Amino acid sequence: MIQIVLDQVERLLAAHPGVKGIEAGEWPEELWEALEGLGLPLLLVPEELGGIGLGWGDAAEVWRVVGRHGAPAPVGECMLANGLLAAVGIEPRGGFTSLGAPTPFGRFAAQLLGEGGLYAVGAVTTGINIAREPRDVVVPGPLLAAGGSNQRGLRLGLALLRAAQMAGAAQHALDLAVDWANTRKQFGRALGKFQAIQQQLAVVASEVAAMGVAVAAAGRAVDARGLEGAAFEIGCAKIIAGEGAQTTAATVHQVFAAIGITEDHELHHTTRRLWSWRDEGGSERFWAAEIGRAALARGGANLWPDITGRDFP
Amino acid sequence: MRFDLPSPTPRAAALRDEVREFLAGRDWSPAVRARSWMGFDRAFSREVGAQGWIGMVWPREYGGHERNGLERNVVLEEMLAVGAPVAAHWIGDRQSGPLILRLASEAQKRAILPRIAAGEVSFCIGLSEPDSGSDLASLRTKAERTAEGWRLNGRKIWTTNAHLSDYMIALVRTSAAPEGGSRHAGLSQVLIDLSLPGITIRPIRDLLGEEGFNEVTFDDVALPADALLGQEGAGWAQATSELAFERSGPDRILSSLPALTAAMDVLPASAEVAVGRLVARLATLRNMSLSVVGMLEAGAEPGREAALVKDAGNSFEQALPETIRGLLEPEDMPPDVRALLHDLTQLAPTFSLRGGTREILRGIIARELGLR
Repeated sequence: MIQIVLDQVERLLAAHPGVKGIEAGEWPEELWEALEGLGLPLLLVPEELGGIGLGWGDAAEVWRVVGRHGAPAPVGECMLANGLLAAVGIEPRGGFTSLGAPTPFGRFAAQLLGEGGLYAVGAVTTGINIAREPRDVVVPGPLLAAGGSNQRGLRLGLALLRAAQMAGAAQHALDLAVDWANTRKQFGRALGKFQAIQQQLAVVASEVAAMGVAVAAAGRAVDARGLEGAAFEIGCAKIIAGEGAQTTAATVHQVFAAIGITEDHELHHTTRRLWSWRDEGGSERFWAAEIGRAALARGGANLWPDITGRDFP
Repeated sequence: MRFDLPSPTPRAAALRDEVREFLAGRDWSPAVRARSWMGFDRAFSREVGAQGWIGMVWPREYGGHERNGLERNVVLEEMLAVGAPVAAHWIGDRQSGPLILRLASEAQKRAILPRIAAGEVSFCIGLSEPDSGSDLASLRTKAERTAEGWRLNGRKIWTTNAHLSDYMIALVRTSAAPEGGSRHAGLSQVLIDLSLPGITIRPIRDLLGEEGFNEVTFDDVALPADALLGQEGAGWAQATSELAFERSGPDRILSSLPALTAAMDVLPASAEVAVGRLVARLATLRNMSLSVVGMLEAGAEPGREAALVKDAGNSFEQALPETIRGLLEPEDMPPDVRALLHDLTQLAPTFSLRGGTREILRGIIARELGLR
């Protein structure tokens, strides 16, 4: 089932012209309709509430694909909001539901999942992140439905979403860099023939692999124990993804050199997303402090038993 | 490359408790814990063997216990997490035993495998030579056919614990590489009884002032015919096919974990971010390693994934002592932590040398990426 969904999302996003539209402040209406047509915003919603009823591990896989394409529509945010609502038995509403603060694409949201429930959208002050994605300050309007969110749940869900997107985006950055290294010639041979380049990209490959594993482990943990019960794995995924994002962005820019920092080149759409997403849903520092604090309180003797003890739900 | 996560089995969880109980209360010194799988303790290996925890995945008829690779991994993890001195059986269990099981004669299997599983005999690995390090295929140690078997001449170096081992499995040249052909042709693996005449083992003092690795000289050593393991000339393929087992295990991640667990009890609250990053990296590397174990268990050949896990794991275990040092002033360290860091600081350079250097591993990853 999930493989079919992933293939459909891949096809849809591959055919879409990309992220320039949203970076210019446009709503990707056509793409959004197609994503809704696939039922994607309802992927985490159980069938009895009208959704597809897949799990968080599956959702994380979808978010990786979305991230690899630069997230040209806020479908991950809507999946997450609807999933959180459905988890407390609230039937999701149609249209784009956003969440969090600052609110992704808040100016385009039909409603907003905020602290304590689902709200209408009130006054919006527009803003952007490093990726020029809309990140707006939204004053909640009237409460539409109580429940479905608290600050902790929102942060955990957003952390997993951004970690998964970063895993996908970093993979894309690596693919671009490998392609470039095999094409661009200097000193009479392809860049990829130089060990200095090979060794740097090998490190990126290692980080990309770690990001993927950390995200998969987090998705699996949420399926087994719920968001709160998977805070450790989600935190690990956000830390590893954030660290990997920086290593990846820095290295691929080094490999591309000057062409990679031009507005016309596609690379920066990916690297600016890596830099943006690591700051959202709690940075590496936030999650490391939480995990480190808990580990120090438990003491060294419990570290390994605590890590291995999480193998079983 | 793919890194799917294997599902843990309940049986593995029960085993973990057994191993922890077995290890509880053992009060190894910081020097022992810092060395772990480089630390040789025959009596301890016999105890481990008696528990049925060596050769766990081998058939019963050869002294094995017919358990699965994930269960074996539980034992390895628990041993390394506390820094147990497992060197006397480590190489035999991880590498030489599986090779013998796959390639040796029936008589050799029956003679040797049960003794490895009992923790009674130890193996070393004969790869590097004075003029052949990362460029392994340039090795020159030579085995020539005789009427009775093979005559071995040459020299191996950096052979860990050769002076304490009973056997070596070495990669040697049995015929010249074809002119203009692959240098990997003509290499074979041989099983060498280190008690044979003509073998000189000279320990080489290391920077810790210890004798851990050796130079092993072969001077007209007469090997029996069945010393040849597997096919003559197929040694390169045979040796490299074992590398996924050698490179992906917890021994490439946990080498300096005892320093972290010891330090955590004295670190200030301000260390929480640094500790959190280490814990996240540790948990993730462990999952990556488990993924390779799962692939091996499923019969796949994840050689490149294993190279990646080793490189990433080595970087972690190498950085860990330095991170702790950055969190705690040396004069404020309790003696236990200071002693661990004292040794690990000096051991750490070996982490990215043994079993394939960082540069070789990254070259393998690069080739997998489509570079080179």
